[in-house]
Amino acid sequence: MNLGSTTIAAWASLTLASLVLPGMSEAQASALTPQHRVEGGSYPDFLGGVGAAPVVVEPFLLDRHAVTVGQYRDFIHTHPTWARGAVPVVLSEASYLASWTSDTDPGSDAARPVTQVSWHAARAYCRAAGRRLPTESEWEWAARADATRADAMDDPAFVARILDWYAHPGRGRAAVGTGEANVWGVRELHGVIWEWVEDFGAAMVASDDRERARFEDQVCGAGSLGVGSPTQYATFMRYAFRSSLRANFALSTLGFRCAGDLPPPVPREVP
Amino acid sequence: MRHWNWIWMCLLVGGAVACGSQPEETEAVEAEPTGPGHRLPVERVDPDTLPVVEAELGVPPAAAPATGRTEPARVIVNLEVREVTREIADGVNYTFWTFGGTVPGPMIRVRRGDWVELRLMNHPDNTMPHNIDLHAVTGPGGGATSTFTAPGHQTQFSFQALNEGVYMYHCATAPVGMHVANGMYGMIVVEPDEGYVPVDREYYVVQGDFYTPGEYHAAGDQPFDMDRAIHEDPSYILFNGRDGALTGDNALAADVGETVRLFVGNGGPNLTSSFHVIGEIFDRVWIEGGSAVSHDVQTTSIPPGGTAVVEYGVEVPGTYILVDHALFRAFNHGAIGMMRVSGDAAPDIYSGLEVDETYLGNLGATAAAARTSREEGSRTAAGESTFLGTCATCHQRDAAGLSTIFPPLAGSDYLMADRTRSIEIILHGLSGPVTVNGASFNGVMPAFSNLTDHEVANVLTYIRANFGNEGDAITDEEVAAVRASLPAPAAGHP
Repeated sequence: MNLGSTTIAAWASLTLASLVLPGMSEAQASALTPQHRVEGGSYPDFLGGVGAAPVVVEPFLLDRHAVTVGQYRDFIHTHPTWARGAVPVVLSEASYLASWTSDTDPGSDAARPVTQVSWHAARAYCRAAGRRLPTESEWEWAARADATRADAMDDPAFVARILDWYAHPGRGRAAVGTGEANVWGVRELHGVIWEWVEDFGAAMVASDDRERARFEDQVCGAGSLGVGSPTQYATFMRYAFRSSLRANFALSTLGFRCAGDLPPPVPREVP
Repeated sequence: MRHWNWIWMCLLVGGAVACGSQPEETEAVEAEPTGPGHRLPVERVDPDTLPVVEAELGVPPAAAPATGRTEPARVIVNLEVREVTREIADGVNYTFWTFGGTVPGPMIRVRRGDWVELRLMNHPDNTMPHNIDLHAVTGPGGGATSTFTAPGHQTQFSFQALNEGVYMYHCATAPVGMHVANGMYGMIVVEPDEGYVPVDREYYVVQGDFYTPGEYHAAGDQPFDMDRAIHEDPSYILFNGRDGALTGDNALAADVGETVRLFVGNGGPNLTSSFHVIGEIFDRVWIEGGSAVSHDVQTTSIPPGGTAVVEYGVEVPGTYILVDHALFRAFNHGAIGMMRVSGDAAPDIYSGLEVDETYLGNLGATAAAARTSREEGSRTAAGESTFLGTCATCHQRDAAGLSTIFPPLAGSDYLMADRTRSIEIILHGLSGPVTVNGASFNGVMPAFSNLTDHEVANVLTYIRANFGNEGDAITDEEVAAVRASLPAPAAGHP
């Protein structure tokens, strides 16, 4: 895809904080993270191999930053079934919010991204906000952008920064919003935490043999071609990480942000 | 080709995907009549009927102790994955991904026929999923497909050790090369039925190559450099994951008369090691860690993901240097270690220096006569000869020293600061940290007490008057006085 820089700048400055769904209280709405419009585009299908059709992403909305500890605490207050202790293990394992000082009190850290939350919990949060988790394709597309380009993955320096974080564990989790905004206005897709996506298991985990056969054909055959550049390695590490997850896992480096659908276009009046 | 791709991808993906069934037929391999390995097949075991043994792991450079068993057991092995930031060299930090917190990871030791229960624990503070592929395993992924583990989780699988030998294990999570380059490898020894013959000393040494944006010894925090890894251009090539892990105070030790066995592995990810111990001959080498034993070997080749067991008797005291004999790796990238052998000199095997005199080659008799005509000239020539024959080996012909291994004598503040001390160093040797011209060194210089007073005086006079040093002559009498003041005659330099 080829976006004019003017278009990009225009979209980058556009926030959609005013998007309040019917039935949502003002307090809830004000606690929501502003969303930015991410233009549609396409990128090479990492697992498809040579000759595979590119992944196409339609325009969508994405939270400016990851859901914070403070936001998640407020969510639990209004949705006590998601309090630590109330959540069954099948929905979130024992490490769910384990670093919190009590079932409802996180202690400090309100501005940091919430982690130790399961996929089920992340989905519940987004649903309550009238939003949804981004798909893997959407997240991957948005994460290819740097401050000036929709797709910076051809730039070795950009990729090196991503790999650098992957190589360094345990660094402190910074407060959200402190990182550089990418061209869409979205921050910290890299360098702070891993993030849940809606279909995190789609690439690697197959639920039936037919899918598995197809997957093996893809990944174990042609998919290996070209997986040699640092760019591919960076992407590969995210896929590998996601494929190690199960939906009830609650890891100390794994959080989430929400996405949203664009409002349907207003039909033009027939004169 | 397509088959190769499949294998490569499974390696890369490791446990991330169960590449369990091979998509294409490959050449059928006739099963050997004797089963796995060169021995009779192991008997299948019922794990529930076996005695349970907690594996005693070897923390490098210590080898795991021999199992001492003659019957199979159910061996419990717990490995915790830790991502840790620590020094790769003095003043240089690197984030290692490790089994058990060390590079290499702990050495596991079992016996052929054992049932091994391996539990892999991925610490909750880690950021990466990990798994383990043990080359001692017969089964898909060597265990990788069964141990793909997210941070804060643990997995377990079991296997029967069908083949004896010394095997590497490593993480096989994508991208495998990066996990390995960050230090995720170790060794598992599967003892033959009768065990390895007991020896006096066993050590555990693993070579690995490391990739950072900064060159060898560039200070500060150094991240992993994927680009250099892809181009096989390491900044560090190390034994046991740290510059100096086996030198100075960390040198391996043995006593004269002992037999030493080194379990040597190569984690890679890229370079094949030409493993050599300077001044020793391997009496026995278990080639590639297998069951074939070779004898009288000088240098043994150890590929990434491979091992060798080398064994030798130590007969002569002194310091023996472990190197990758691709020598710029040793002196410019850190692939160097030491074994200190203590004990009585063995002049019947090794005499030490016997002749050390001027050799004029084609300079001829005239030049010799001219040189010897003046007393000072004679001292200088004799000193130069001793210098070139003895000192320059380490300190180099221009006396500039070598890297951070051997300190400079040229323009040396340390040398010139104390003339008595400089005599003592030659007669008594020097070990431990010193600072020379602002740089730190921590090595071992053996004693050269075999030099006569006259030779010591000459060589010091020569060094003190050359290489940018400005000092007066050292007399034979001064050397004699210092020698008399030293406590006991040091062992001769081998």
